[in-house]
Amino acid sequence: MELFGRDVWWMVLLKAVVVFVFLVVMTLFTIWFERRVVGRMQHRIGPNRVGPFGLLQSLADGVKLALKEDIVPVAADKIVFFLAPILSVVPAFMVLAVIPFGGEVSIFGHHTMLQLTDLPVGVLYVLAVASVGVYGIVLAGWSSGSTYPLLGALRSSAQVISYEVAMGLSFVAVFLYSGSLSTSQIVGAQKSIWFAVALPISFLVYLVAMVGETNRAPFDLPEAESELVGGFHTEYSSLKFALFFLAEYINMVNVSALATTMFLGGYRPFWPFSQLDTGWWGPLWFMIKLMALLFVFVWLRGTLPRLRYDQFMKLGWKLLIPVSLVWIAFVAVIRTVNSQYGLSRSTIVAGGLSIAGLLIIASFVAEATARRKERAAEGGEVVEETEFDPFAGGHPVPPMPGQRLPVPVGVLALGAAPDGATGLSSPPGGDTDPDDVRADQEDTRA
Amino acid sequence: MNIWAPILVLGGIALAFALVSVVAGSFTGPRRYNRARLDSYECGIEPTPQPAGGGRFPIKYYVTAMLFIVFDIEIVFLYPWAVTFDALKIFGLVEMLLFIATVFIAYTYVWRRGGLDWD
Repeated sequence: MELFGRDVWWMVLLKAVVVFVFLVVMTLFTIWFERRVVGRMQHRIGPNRVGPFGLLQSLADGVKLALKEDIVPVAADKIVFFLAPILSVVPAFMVLAVIPFGGEVSIFGHHTMLQLTDLPVGVLYVLAVASVGVYGIVLAGWSSGSTYPLLGALRSSAQVISYEVAMGLSFVAVFLYSGSLSTSQIVGAQKSIWFAVALPISFLVYLVAMVGETNRAPFDLPEAESELVGGFHTEYSSLKFALFFLAEYINMVNVSALATTMFLGGYRPFWPFSQLDTGWWGPLWFMIKLMALLFVFVWLRGTLPRLRYDQFMKLGWKLLIPVSLVWIAFVAVIRTVNSQYGLSRSTIVAGGLSIAGLLIIASFVAEATARRKERAAEGGEVVEETEFDPFAGGHPVPPMPGQRLPVPVGVLALGAAPDGATGLSSPPGGDTDPDDVRADQEDTRA
Repeated sequence: MNIWAPILVLGGIALAFALVSVVAGSFTGPRRYNRARLDSYECGIEPTPQPAGGGRFPIKYYVTAMLFIVFDIEIVFLYPWAVTFDALKIFGLVEMLLFIATVFIAYTYVWRRGGLDWD
């Protein structure tokens, strides 16, 4: 901590420029990486024309965007429309200021930390600055003066603030262990064990929350194309749109970097390389962990379909938040008991596993109860049995639940002996189980 | 140098970059007037007339925002407690468990009243 705030002016400038360039390059790289990996997952090749392995594809896309017309809709609020992308991208850049890339090194004879700066309230600063980015989204949607962007912006902000609660709660247990909000000290506190291992529930909650925070698949509801066109940036074009795109990918890098710092031991090496814990090795381990998390983002996008909005809010408010609160209480109790009476490691692990198991079982039971209630409510309704008209209005339609299929006449006589027509009898009266209806249909076709 | 100064430097670089990009966008691209293009985008149909002030949207968003404030304040209390946890000993633990329980009661109430259900 004592090295921070001691840098000479050119060192500060150098580090700031490096962080800035790092984020821009990471954005260009991540877009390419995502398209290539998703391409592979879908048995395609992905962009491979511009530059070696298509690496310059995102740069070419950026240049193309710059050459497009900069549209300001008539209905837009001109000033806010102009300011919103700036308000969105600047905080995104500023988050990485407190993320440690490495330990103490010497640059041109000056001893310094591989971290732009550190604050006693480091993580709080990250959360605060990241929240400012939400204003960019809300104002972009509002100032467009259009329906889809407004709805997209509302969804986006509701989503970000919902998952911010879960994210904030997942950090509490980390602060319990590290006793500090400073990022470099949190990394220091993980010398013996990563917090992802010591606090698995916190880590899981954070992993879900970070995907929700960044509006990425499967939580990319603000840009659900089928419902909202492009979300809050529908009316944006040219470089203003590019800035929103930049902000989205920078935020991805930010939350991954924060996950690395808070839970995965930051710049510290992992198992086979435990000796290489000095100086310039730090950034390498940091980058490996960062890329692994970015790969998880891409992986999720290639694997999972988009959630429905109510499912998404339910996951955030009804699962992540109560689980985090119970987990915090549990960690606090264990830590106090441990410091008062001294518990063996196996007792703590057993306790942790049992509480994790209990939480999972409780959530399943709650889910099953809710589903049973729902089904009971559905079953209570009396389904009126109606005659089914397979060509209602001239179009062939499938039967609805509760509709009885008509008994085919005439078709049956072809090739079927009257005695052997076991499956061809008319469906039992009143029985409208969909499976039976389907079986009957198949029999009829045979 | 002050520990906050580097943050301002980074913010300054980012701000300069963003400003230059936004301003440059109107110079690098073409500019051809087209009334339909400057209309609000609604997949090709005539845009819905917007009432002054942006119109109305579902009340659920307000409820979400208010719940967010409740929990965010809880987090604000939890952070300093977590940082000084070891110094507070049993007293801190009991106090905070009571606090979490209190918020949990409010949370259960909101849940039971359907405040967390979307639709």
